[in-house]
Amino acid sequence: MKCATTDHWLARCFFIGIVFVFVLFFLIFPVCVVVFEALRGGLALYISSLTATHSQSAIRLTLLVALAVVPMNTIFGVCAAWAITHFKFPGKALLISLIEIPLWVSPVVGGLLFALLFGRQGWLGPWLDAHGIQIMFAYPAIVLATAFVTFPFVARGLIPLMQSQGSSEEEAALTLGANGWQLFWRVTFPKIKWGILYGMILCNARAMGEFGAVSVVAGSVDDRITMPLQVEQYYLNFSLPQAFALASVLLLLAAFTLAIKIGLEWRRLAPNIVRPH
Amino acid sequence: MPVEIDQTEPQTDWRPNRRRRILPGFHLTLGFTVFYLSAIVLIPLAALILKTVTPTAEYPSVFKVIRHVIHVATDVRALDSYRLSFGLSFAAALLNGFFGFVAAWSLTRYQFPGRKIIDALVDLPFAMPTSVAGLALTQVFSTNGGYIGQLLYQWFGWHIAYTAWGILIALTFIGFPFVVRTLQPVMSDLAAEVEEAAACLGANRWQTFRRVILPALSPALLTGIMLAFGRGVGEYGSIVFISSMIPYATEITPQLIIIKLEEFDYVGAAGLGLAMLVMSFAIVATVNLIQHVAANRRRTA
Repeated sequence: MKCATTDHWLARCFFIGIVFVFVLFFLIFPVCVVVFEALRGGLALYISSLTATHSQSAIRLTLLVALAVVPMNTIFGVCAAWAITHFKFPGKALLISLIEIPLWVSPVVGGLLFALLFGRQGWLGPWLDAHGIQIMFAYPAIVLATAFVTFPFVARGLIPLMQSQGSSEEEAALTLGANGWQLFWRVTFPKIKWGILYGMILCNARAMGEFGAVSVVAGSVDDRITMPLQVEQYYLNFSLPQAFALASVLLLLAAFTLAIKIGLEWRRLAPNIVRPH
Repeated sequence: MPVEIDQTEPQTDWRPNRRRRILPGFHLTLGFTVFYLSAIVLIPLAALILKTVTPTAEYPSVFKVIRHVIHVATDVRALDSYRLSFGLSFAAALLNGFFGFVAAWSLTRYQFPGRKIIDALVDLPFAMPTSVAGLALTQVFSTNGGYIGQLLYQWFGWHIAYTAWGILIALTFIGFPFVVRTLQPVMSDLAAEVEEAAACLGANRWQTFRRVILPALSPALLTGIMLAFGRGVGEYGSIVFISSMIPYATEITPQLIIIKLEEFDYVGAAGLGLAMLVMSFAIVATVNLIQHVAANRRRTA
């Protein structure tokens, strides 16, 4: 039967075929290449690539950066969502738009902002130099640039979630005599914990994988760069086994992130954000 | 029956002496929000904008600073980099518009084996660090030793990696999820009755698609394309690997900013950064305009 509400089976096969070819070439194939290239030289080379001094220091720095950035942005996200969803105040719409700024600014520009603040010719550069404080090309600048890039991740997941939940349960708890902390930990937190986890996972993935912003503020000093930058350094030095070994670790992180994200979305524990980044 | 209480606006007036806020923590949370927003976003942004108008030792007057900023931002090298960044991002966004539409359509309308896996894989470019994507795509498309690039070179004499084509491929990879993820919810919300009505009125499938389905989806499609475009313009991590970054030919704007910083031309870097900010702002404004127009159309329809 020819029907105007379903597609012709040929069109159906054609579309599905396009999707399969696209996904195979663009998504699956590159992933396989990373895994294959990482393990091509054998397990011994793979392990020695990962335990090389530069790889080790890059992994350590990346973990330390994520350890600072994710809690910072999570606390901010919870505070912003609480203020925005439970209260009325002037400039609320403006605040929401301002929170989204880092999503549409190029990561390189994000890094540039901090270079202009802390760099040698930046606003605070001469003062920092005079006092012997190292911010550029060091941990503090990497943390700040990464925090900028991942700034809205927790907040923009929580705001719609808490908006849909309303304030009535919190108000009820208040009338029953709960204080502020009890209110948050006993009433609000259980309702939003999966939303917080969702935001933290996305924030963490981006924080560990960020390249553009960090490359501006980190330079190329060997022991002071994160994993993505170290991958580039290895690549530029023609140490491909090391580059792919380190890349495979980042790939593992991506797979882990994706698994948790999909798990939360399929169980409808987290809002599926329409505009992901 | 429970009494209906209007809980939508428990705090009708923000002025403290008119009506008390019921829930605690307003000053604490808003205070921290504003403090952190200022520290991470607003003050650094202000520093960038001020940098383009503040005299330095090299450019001792405001006039000279602004002249230098304009010179750097409208220099031939900068214009070439804008052309490359914006042209390729736009081309990649259009490609994603097509592939993303087909993918979203197949994922929401058809049942086929592997559908859920593909649905999950769509998010891969978001989860995967851009440098890993760049490294992998270079290894696939490089002319000497690349899995596909080698064959393409032998058979057709094509160079993909280290040319503009390589950048196009990287940008397509990066932007793929945007169109799919903005279209999917709209497609699954599309009422079947509308299509049935079109069929009852004698439309064939193509007419139904062209006149009924596409107009309903076009705002989401345009939004997805613009989001992919915006992401592509700022992209750096994956392109570092797959592009040779030759000035005037394959050099993107973010790369030029980094070069200016390395040359200690902070004012020039700030100027280019400001130019990129303005252009990103224009893209965001376009997205908001599309959504505003779409919302108005829905209201009047």
